[in-house]
Amino acid sequence: MSEILQVKDLITRFYTVDGIVYALNGVSFELSEGETLAIVGESGSGKSVSMMSIVGLIPSPPGRIEGGQALFHGSQGTSDLLRLSTKELNDVRGGQIGFVFQDPQTSLNPVLTIGRQIAETLTRHLGLNGKQARARGVELLAEVGIPDPHLRYDNYPFEFSGGMRQRVMIAIAVACRPQIVIADEPTTALDVTIQAQVVDLFKRLQDKLGIAVIWITHDLGVVAGLADRVLVYYGGRVVETAKVDDLYEHPLHPYTLGLLKALPRLDMHESRRLVSIEGTPPDLLTPLQQCPFAWRCNHVFERCWHEIPPLYQVGVVHQSACFYDLEKEEIRDA
Amino acid sequence: MDKALSIRPDDNLLSKERTLKNQLGYIGGLLWRDRSGVIGMLIFLSVVFAALFAPFITKYDPLAVDFEHSKLPPAWQQGGNFEHLLGTDDLGRDMFSRIIYSARVSLFVSFIGALIASILGVGLGLIAGYVGGRMDAIIMAPVNLVLSLPYLLFVVFIATVLGRSLLNVILIFGITNSPIFARLTRGEVLRIRESAYVESAVSAGARFWRILLIHILPNLIGPLITLATFQVSAMIFYEAGLGFIGLSVPPSVPSWGNMLADGRSYLSSYPWLTTFPGLAIVYTSLGMNLLGDWLRDVFDPKLRRSRR
Amino acid sequence: MLRYFIARIGQSLLLFVGVIFLVFGMVRMTGDPASLMMSRNATPAEVAAFREAMGFDRPISVQFVSWITKVLHGDLGDSLHFRSPALPLVLQRLPATVELAAFGLLIAILISLPIGLIGGSHPGSLLDSVGRFIALLGQSIPDFWLGLILILIFAQHLGWFPVFGNDQLSSVVLPGFVLGMPVMGELTRLTRSAVLEVRGEDYIRTAYSKGLNPSTIYVNHLLRNVTISLVSVIGVEFGYMLGGSIYIETIYAWPGMGQLLGQAVGWFDFTLVQAITIFVSLVVIALNLLTDLAYALLDPRIRHG
Repeated sequence: MSEILQVKDLITRFYTVDGIVYALNGVSFELSEGETLAIVGESGSGKSVSMMSIVGLIPSPPGRIEGGQALFHGSQGTSDLLRLSTKELNDVRGGQIGFVFQDPQTSLNPVLTIGRQIAETLTRHLGLNGKQARARGVELLAEVGIPDPHLRYDNYPFEFSGGMRQRVMIAIAVACRPQIVIADEPTTALDVTIQAQVVDLFKRLQDKLGIAVIWITHDLGVVAGLADRVLVYYGGRVVETAKVDDLYEHPLHPYTLGLLKALPRLDMHESRRLVSIEGTPPDLLTPLQQCPFAWRCNHVFERCWHEIPPLYQVGVVHQSACFYDLEKEEIRDA
Repeated sequence: MDKALSIRPDDNLLSKERTLKNQLGYIGGLLWRDRSGVIGMLIFLSVVFAALFAPFITKYDPLAVDFEHSKLPPAWQQGGNFEHLLGTDDLGRDMFSRIIYSARVSLFVSFIGALIASILGVGLGLIAGYVGGRMDAIIMAPVNLVLSLPYLLFVVFIATVLGRSLLNVILIFGITNSPIFARLTRGEVLRIRESAYVESAVSAGARFWRILLIHILPNLIGPLITLATFQVSAMIFYEAGLGFIGLSVPPSVPSWGNMLADGRSYLSSYPWLTTFPGLAIVYTSLGMNLLGDWLRDVFDPKLRRSRR
Repeated sequence: MLRYFIARIGQSLLLFVGVIFLVFGMVRMTGDPASLMMSRNATPAEVAAFREAMGFDRPISVQFVSWITKVLHGDLGDSLHFRSPALPLVLQRLPATVELAAFGLLIAILISLPIGLIGGSHPGSLLDSVGRFIALLGQSIPDFWLGLILILIFAQHLGWFPVFGNDQLSSVVLPGFVLGMPVMGELTRLTRSAVLEVRGEDYIRTAYSKGLNPSTIYVNHLLRNVTISLVSVIGVEFGYMLGGSIYIETIYAWPGMGQLLGQAVGWFDFTLVQAITIFVSLVVIALNLLTDLAYALLDPRIRHG
């Protein structure tokens, strides 16, 4: 499978009244065609910021993208998204990269019909006129499982339930048959049962349309049923990346291990306590010269305090940014 | 993360150097926020100072009539002299001292008026919000009624009914402005009452007074002070306005409104009679509004995090 | 939505009754309404005769009923100064005040909306700071004083506009501007904060994520939502101007209800003052009702809920 997105050394900072926030400190990853990539991490670890930076959805006065590359191998050719003009970027957004956001309640304009909001993107990218857009919009609604799409097309967002609204968002995201859909915590605000439905919908659409999906979440449970590969973020960096099975069975970064241990499992002994990771995440206001996880790590040693660990290649697809080898329980000698 | 998006000035995601214009704008914004409050405070204090120490600032009795030196223009114009810095009015009274002494009336009326309005309003709001139910409806009905009526009209009406006197003006302002405080208080009480930590306090057996003092009042103080500041500013306006049509304090008492009323017939011949009292009102009002804006920013929970 | 309409209308009727009650109560509160209504020079005998003729010696409830009945029939008493029914006198002045308020509102909107929009779209910029300062100034300058100063400058020294009266087309400019000034200040602030608030909403981010043109986003999403939230304010401000025109009309000799009110105060024509108060209050209540209904039509959540 070919790669459609290659991000290298992405650096984003926010200039606020409280100081400079070093949100992203050199993030790199790839995305292949049709793949499902999950991005996990705590709030503030940079998962959303990295995706939004790539497409220029970072609020510009406080935020600045200060370095890196985002090569997009789209159907129109290859380009560095970070160096596109606004106009060119607008062609990509919605047309080749679609988005689903977290809160369907607030992500739709309350005073416009959802049909209108779907048609907007169809008109913009596919040049459809009113009637064509409407016909296509109704088809899309049916595709995402909205009953009575002809009628619902003219409804307003408040007339839908949360799960339905998210389906509408998904319809908007895939309307122009993009190559990538970036979903930023799409199920976090939904009930568990609805969550499952939305995940299924994504899978179905992916099979049908061949889109690659980047799924941002802080919920490791969701990842297991959905992703091909996983990126783990901490302190504005990628600290581990692996195929999903590898991640769960052989986590190599202490943070990942901590996350997994904190998950309640059905096969766990009842009396075992849930282990949480001690300490708090870094505040991102100071540029670090050491491993961001050093303060909370059980395996920390001298070197961790003086250098930032790079991503070591430990398997075909598996990388871990740690000086300590968890499997072999010894310090790496790279 | 701040979700406000701007229409990007750059044509390219990688940012260019911070331009001088951007930086000026940014600094100007900061100055605007912090310094303006200080300016407002200074203005306010200067007016209070003038009111309190009037006899020390000017040697003239504001009521002293002096026909020999009447209708003198301000010192810097032809015919004026530095004995009467801002000139004299048609009865020969010194303008400068009249303006300074008028500050007393304005501040007195608006402070006491705001005090009455806040005490009355907060009391009503607390009861309505906390007790709720029937009591709430009974109290809020007249409150909402007064709030939806054209204020100036009713103030004129009541002033006509009661006649002109200092006490009447204070009472009118105090009572007619209490609904605003009542609504604010009630809103805060309702909001806090629903909040989790009050629920837990109640379930832990806390008594009414304790909840009131420890939970509700501290949250109220900020918005209350801000509102009171704006109310004082508004009352200065209204007092002057009433004075302008002869419904405020009796004509013998110096007040900015009365001065404007006096000066009106001499608008084209002796314009300074009108200009200076008005400027005094603008000055005071500007100060109070700046102060109020600043206070509002300071007490705004959303912005609190970003203030030092 | 029908339910909402009916509820609002009912509420307005209640307010109406409340106003009548308030006015009624305030007059009776002074203890002796008869002496209020008679001229200051009346003898005690005349006042007593008047009191009996007006029925002030009857029980309060009876008075109230008869009073409300009269009001509902349009009888707001007789003006003491003109010795003729008060309501027609007030109605005759209505068009002039409406004209003034409409002009003032128009100017206020034309100036404050662009400033607020730009200020909200580029907060912290020089333009924004200037705009906010002007708004602040607008709220710190007493309108009656500004009215006088503008007469001085523009009418007398420069001669651009007539000093008073409403016979010329240009007469409305100065008083309209002054009347609209406090509204300008308020509207600029509100527009600005509405823009800031909408810009921070998630659906704007969604709009950007769809790759729409910035101008499309601005008009279809930002402007649309901002103006909807401003509608109710504009309606209220119009009512405020209708009820607060006394100073401006007096200064500029504009033959509206406000001028009549000022004159009535000077004549101690109490009945006229009362009539104006009641009438204008009713107009304002009706205006608020219309504004709320218009808002309901614009916001689909209320329309369909």
